[in-house]
Amino acid sequence: MHNEIVLAGFGGQGVLLIGKLLAYAGMKAGKEVTWMPAYGPEMRGGTCNCTVVLSDHQIGAPVTKHPHGLIALNLPSLDKFEDAVKPGGVIVVNTSLINRLPHRTDVVVVPVACNEVAKDAGTAKAANMVGLGAFLGASQLVDVDLVKGALEETFAARPKLVPINLVALSKGYEIGMALVPATAAR
Amino acid sequence: MAKKLMKGCEAIGEAAIKAGCRLFFGYPITPQNEIPEYMSARLPQVGGTFVQAESEVAASNMLYGAAGAGCRVMTSSSSPGISLMMEAVSYMAGSELPVVIVNIMRGGPGLGGILPSQSDYFQATKGGGHGDYRCLVLAPASVQEAADLMHEAFDLADKYRNPVFMLGDGLIGQMMEPVEFKTEIDPASLPPKPWATTGCKGRNPNIINSLYLAAEELEEHNWHLQRKYAEITKNEKRFETYNTEGGCDVLVVAYGTVARIARTAIDEMKGGPVKVGLFRPITLWPYPTEALWETAQNAGKVLTCELSCGQMVEDVRYAMMGRKTVAFYGRTGGVVMGPDEVIAQVNQLAGASV
Repeated sequence: MHNEIVLAGFGGQGVLLIGKLLAYAGMKAGKEVTWMPAYGPEMRGGTCNCTVVLSDHQIGAPVTKHPHGLIALNLPSLDKFEDAVKPGGVIVVNTSLINRLPHRTDVVVVPVACNEVAKDAGTAKAANMVGLGAFLGASQLVDVDLVKGALEETFAARPKLVPINLVALSKGYEIGMALVPATAAR
Repeated sequence: MAKKLMKGCEAIGEAAIKAGCRLFFGYPITPQNEIPEYMSARLPQVGGTFVQAESEVAASNMLYGAAGAGCRVMTSSSSPGISLMMEAVSYMAGSELPVVIVNIMRGGPGLGGILPSQSDYFQATKGGGHGDYRCLVLAPASVQEAADLMHEAFDLADKYRNPVFMLGDGLIGQMMEPVEFKTEIDPASLPPKPWATTGCKGRNPNIINSLYLAAEELEEHNWHLQRKYAEITKNEKRFETYNTEGGCDVLVVAYGTVARIARTAIDEMKGGPVKVGLFRPITLWPYPTEALWETAQNAGKVLTCELSCGQMVEDVRYAMMGRKTVAFYGRTGGVVMGPDEVIAQVNQLAGASV
């Protein structure tokens, strides 16, 4: 197993955080992991992204030109990375902020209104968790319970934030599970 | 101890503390700010001291003073900041002071940019400051190795009374990977440094100095340093090979992040018509010249890949002594090459149909 995932949005949406949760859960699952943020000047006011690699083997390049998965939380992210995703990969599209669907027909598309789902869960700020949940539901890449554990540990200093984020993650996960037939992406 | 997911910069900071370092002097610069940030929080917890100096020039001279007093001490910076420290580095080499200096390289020359680069290879391995001096240069390729080498850096600095550089790039500094800290040293348990200026009550004063006005004395001091450098060269070369058993068509030589990218390229080419191996120097000075030649003898052609316009390639060519052609591929300015680019270069060199 070797998976490269790009998580992208604008600064403040929490894409680096969900990337860390994914990497952390991967580590707990016994995988080799890397988490690499794009730390260039484009972070300031523009798009922000990170690359997470999960593998059964020692990881070489921590960055990728052709990821297996993409979580796009805003339109510039989808514009930038859609064409790069490997055929058969998974693209999560945050339809709350992206007014188009991917043109790609050779990937699994998971459209989720992340902001609205998060708002229903209690706060629109947890849109990133919905996106991550949807990706996990569709890809079954890492056990969602490990991600929940990573979330609880990460928010240990601010336990009030845990339940609301867990709900958002679970709701996203259910949407991703329901959208993708068991045979499609797994 | 369980593995933790940490940024390279944070792991370097924690490893330094675990190696018994209790003093940090520095000045902020991207992409290594997480090191001083981490040290400013952690050092007071372990009875250490963090000082943000007024400049890199000041920080490096604080290093001189603290090392002279016998403490395990470090600084970190990135390329332009390291340039500002070069005067003190030469003085510390001349005065034989054990210090660890971390350079998380960014693109240059001048202020350049903040993205990853390997264009300070010459500065780190060939001098940078004035005079006939050498610094040990360690080049990690993962967060775990960065942590492990930090330990070694302090030990080597003390063993040889010499400045040691940790040469990483922005990727190594910013990337998160699982890391395990294998040992922890109590600074009180470190061997005493009888040469240090710790107060001379009851003994003759120690003098830490690099000034020798008599030509013969300065020459003798230089011969002494050269004997030490020869000893280091004999003892401390480190390297790693990958997929070189039984020889290869193309041997890629790369260090740090680029070695990882080359490794991915090699894995993708496995089973194809061109067999590719990797030689990764871990010490850039002393350079594993002989081991590289031995490995290259079983290779058809040699390709050096760097995030620079061609610096380490000179040491690779020196190791080949004209006995093999050495091709070079570099990206610079903060552009990181992808495995596909390495594959294209390898195929072109091997003359294989792609």
